[in-house]
Amino acid sequence: MSNSGTVIQVDDQKIDLKNRRLAAFLAWLLPGAGHYYQGRHTKGSLYLVCILTTWIVGFALGGGHVVYASWQPGDKRWHYFLQAGVGAAALPALVQGNHMRKATENGRTRPGYQPLWGGFMAPPYRPVVEDHPDEIAAWYAQYGAGYEMGTWYTMIAGLLNILVIYDAYSGPLSVPISGRKKKDDEDEPAEAASGDQADTKVASTNGAEANA
Amino acid sequence: MISIGPTYLLYYVPLIVSISLVFGATRHEDTQTILKHAFYTARWVTGFMFVIFIVLLMLNWML
Repeated sequence: MSNSGTVIQVDDQKIDLKNRRLAAFLAWLLPGAGHYYQGRHTKGSLYLVCILTTWIVGFALGGGHVVYASWQPGDKRWHYFLQAGVGAAALPALVQGNHMRKATENGRTRPGYQPLWGGFMAPPYRPVVEDHPDEIAAWYAQYGAGYEMGTWYTMIAGLLNILVIYDAYSGPLSVPISGRKKKDDEDEPAEAASGDQADTKVASTNGAEANA
Repeated sequence: MISIGPTYLLYYVPLIVSISLVFGATRHEDTQTILKHAFYTARWVTGFMFVIFIVLLMLNWML
């Protein structure tokens, strides 16, 4: 990657990262949007399809109950921090979580509480106590392994989008050391012939020298 | 021997496709290189999990 302002060169392609912070924000807001903004349409589409599909499949597997924001005793939903990596898709959970928080008194959901939007991304009724027949137990009983897998799918989608945000901010990550030596061997004749090299290739040469 | 049904392994397929492609794409810009990297990643992860599976299977037989 040879830097010249916001223009970098990777895989013999010049990329204008434009406003990096805006690109990173867009990438968080909607997977792939940051890349569309930078004109990297193929990668943008790939990210959009892969990450949103994973997230939506996970959401559906868990019956739409795997993504919610809650930080109550017995139900500290840490998973949401990872699920929120996909940006806008997870934001309704914050609104629902706040709505539930206002309707919670002494750890119990007030009678008459109605979740918004038909319960879309709403936290479970409180109290949530481990080994008790609360709403989470009902979701587990209803969706079985799907609830667990749905939680994993949505978390993984969020984590993947963190890589995408990085890619939008500063371009592709460097190729791991394990992959450099092989690439070096393959590309050596081509590198000798070419004057203008991408940074990943330069890095791999340096890596080979360091190893030697 | 295996506490879950083999169909549960199907959960693995969309995940590995998605993870490999995104992982490859965050390291390259060229589509062909991305696909190649994704294939290697998928193969590596699958192989690694298969080795773990065999180890666990052997432990199950021995213990």
